[in-house]
Amino acid sequence: MSVNTSSHTERRIVFLIIFLAVMVPLIFPIGWGSEVSPIARMSYDLIDETPAGKYGLISFDYEASTITELQPMAVAQIEHAWSKGQKIIATALWPQGPQMAEASFAEAKRNPAYADKEYGVDYVNLGYKVGGIVTLQAMGSSIRDVYPKDSSGKNWDDLPMLKGIRTLKDLAWVSSLSSGVPGLKEWVMIAHDVHNVPVTGGTTAVSAPGFLPYVNDQKQLHGLLGGLKAASEYEMLIDKKGPATTKMDAQSVAHIVILLLITLGNITAFRRKRAKANLTGGQNA
Amino acid sequence: MKHIYYLLIVLLLLQSAMLWANTTSSFTISDKPWDKGEALILNWNLPDGYDRLNLQKADSLMVYQDMELDEPLVSGFVDDNLDPDETYHYRLIAYNDALADSIFIEAQGQPKENWFYMHKLSFLLLFLILGSAIVFYVMAARRGKDFYIRRISGLDSMEEAIGRATEKGKPILFVPGISELDDIQTIASLSILGQLAQRAAEYNTEIIVPCRFAMVLSAAREVVKEAYLKAGRPDAYREDRIFYLTDDQFGYVAGIDGIIVREEPAANFFLGSFYAESLILAETGLSTGAIQTAGTANAHQLPFFVVSCDYTLIGEELFAASAYLSRDAQQVGSLKGHDFGKLLVILLIVVGIILEIAGQGWFKSFLMGAGS
Amino acid sequence: MKRNIPLILAFVSGLIVIFSEFIPHRPFSSIVDSLQEWFMIISGFAMLLGVMSLLRMNAAKVSTRSPDWQYHLIGIISFGLMVLMGALWGMEEQAGILGQGASISAWLGKKPFDYTYTHVFVPLSATLFSLLAFFIASAAYRAFIIRTLESNLLMIAAVIVILGRTGFGTMLTGWLPESYRFWHLPNLADYIMQYPNTAAQRAIMISAALGVIGSGLRIILGIERSYLGGDK
Repeated sequence: MSVNTSSHTERRIVFLIIFLAVMVPLIFPIGWGSEVSPIARMSYDLIDETPAGKYGLISFDYEASTITELQPMAVAQIEHAWSKGQKIIATALWPQGPQMAEASFAEAKRNPAYADKEYGVDYVNLGYKVGGIVTLQAMGSSIRDVYPKDSSGKNWDDLPMLKGIRTLKDLAWVSSLSSGVPGLKEWVMIAHDVHNVPVTGGTTAVSAPGFLPYVNDQKQLHGLLGGLKAASEYEMLIDKKGPATTKMDAQSVAHIVILLLITLGNITAFRRKRAKANLTGGQNA
Repeated sequence: MKHIYYLLIVLLLLQSAMLWANTTSSFTISDKPWDKGEALILNWNLPDGYDRLNLQKADSLMVYQDMELDEPLVSGFVDDNLDPDETYHYRLIAYNDALADSIFIEAQGQPKENWFYMHKLSFLLLFLILGSAIVFYVMAARRGKDFYIRRISGLDSMEEAIGRATEKGKPILFVPGISELDDIQTIASLSILGQLAQRAAEYNTEIIVPCRFAMVLSAAREVVKEAYLKAGRPDAYREDRIFYLTDDQFGYVAGIDGIIVREEPAANFFLGSFYAESLILAETGLSTGAIQTAGTANAHQLPFFVVSCDYTLIGEELFAASAYLSRDAQQVGSLKGHDFGKLLVILLIVVGIILEIAGQGWFKSFLMGAGS
Repeated sequence: MKRNIPLILAFVSGLIVIFSEFIPHRPFSSIVDSLQEWFMIISGFAMLLGVMSLLRMNAAKVSTRSPDWQYHLIGIISFGLMVLMGALWGMEEQAGILGQGASISAWLGKKPFDYTYTHVFVPLSATLFSLLAFFIASAAYRAFIIRTLESNLLMIAAVIVILGRTGFGTMLTGWLPESYRFWHLPNLADYIMQYPNTAAQRAIMISAALGVIGSGLRIILGIERSYLGGDK
């Protein structure tokens, strides 16, 4: 498939318009509201209904490229779980996951309400393990065998909050923030389907439709956060005006511009079609 | 008169038995059936009047530790995460605060490994039916039965793509997806790579294969090398054109986009597992005017490929590609087995809907794996 | 023989994995655990293979001064710098050969590896992903042209979903009373995503899953051999 020169120019004009549509609302915010979707609320409810003292696991299955969409979800979930008195274990199926976890915890602790949260007592960062789904299968037998040390090299036994943890079954919920494979799908297949642990998660907006079939009667996925909009909805649910809420204006304007471009594309196509018809008609005549 | 006495005695005995049942307590431990020996079922029966329970388990030093119960006055508990064939000791203490009384019962149990996961019976049956169908059709093909396979334009275009690359003297780019070798989509992709590389070798056209994982790299090199050997051109095989870029998802994309822009391959193949990067790859390829073929079983990325590529293999077509290209009778036969599987699934869905409407939930429960 | 050994290995391991799915008793459960551990170990070692390939390929391009060799040189230098910074001063709380690098960390505000990661790598990666916004706009501009009834329906659905995903869409139908809640654009968008879209996704997933089972069986039975490089 190829594009001709005029299409090349059109593409560049489209790029410029989108650039402006994203940039302007970031500088001059509009403040449009948002409605919380039932699927995002399900994800919120899972953490909200978990009793204090229980353990949640957030798997950071993404890297720097998708932080704009996924990091706000991580921070919101961490703050939400801490507000409910839960303890958080961070793991990663992607090599850069531990850094993402570190940054998310640091961001959450910037909120004065959680500044006193202590490493090893309220949260741990177990780090990255190679192997994808195989790692998760092994965690079903023993998390400690898979992660004898945390991401900074501390022994499992030196982290007091891990005393009550043996296998995946000891977790109240799992959330995989995932931008590809291995990620959310693998967590559903192992944590939910094999060990019956409730799983929720977040993905980039372009991958979200693929995970909707897992939000079903069997609750293979206990809700789903798809893209920046869902992240902003989660922030709304925990009453936080976070980065996702701020960036939603830019996304909204970009969407409207895309709609205008689609309209423009149709008008152009219609005019070309008519001109072509006229030309053919003229030749025939 | 004598009969009345007997009747009175029987009634008296019955009443005593009932009273005894209300005042005696039991604590039984049994192995959880159909599992891998990692759980025990604890059941107890206590007389009325007890308002608090304490369940304890002995640790390795035989010191009893309190266990957490979901509700204060339950009559059973499943202790899981145990090791098979180990003996576990439990103690149940019940308190009656009003009478300042308590009872104390001890029991022990041993989890045993079983030989079948009963809740997977439905999966086993479906697997056996589907497996048998595939084997049956493969055998039929081996006996010489000819099976029809519909046209897949994305695969028919392969010759056209290679021809275009040969004409222009430009290379072919093959991206085997962003998954590891444990993803069957990557395996399917490598199977297509084998066929493609063989044709490319015959046409003397260069093929570039950037890989995201080192395991995929070594498999891809082996596949291409063998293909060149089969084409009778082992001298034309260039190992440095099949290389590792990075494990990083968008670093990998940046690398591929760089190759597309600098080397301007005449044909791009994106076959395998793709996620958020699919459109970035396909649109960059589109801008260079390459003939593009994509294929993935990740349905959510198909719209992006459809918009920007000339041909798209949808879902199962990716897995059928190897059979389609090789025209190997046995492989084509196995595709007939897939079709049987589809028919079976449609049948199960229809039957399931009818039974659910009729209020018969057993069928759905059976298929969902209930009954463990 | 050279081809038969991998085929036998694939057959035996495939059968073990299938059996272990249904048999909880040892040795099946323990063999599968061992196979999983082997895979993790091999994956770990394979990383080395990748690094070797990367360096060899780029070094060859630089040494032969092939076209655009400068890019390959930058690749090697960036790789070397990150490894060096990580090895000398470590990352986050982990110490390197020269310890925690207190003075250089005080100067940069972070360890050199973390500084480069946060201020170079993260923005570069995020920039690349953000290209998606531009490409989606351009693809949408081309894709949603009304030609037939189907493309008309597709465009209507697209407009509802796009608007429903914006704050503007919420505002547009927010005035509708609660009894007409279904007609709120975000709810309409959710409906399209949850029902028609999910139904289609499921259909593709089911047929792809059948394809996976079929491919798996073909590999286990040795009918499909092209992933090994040949069929003889």
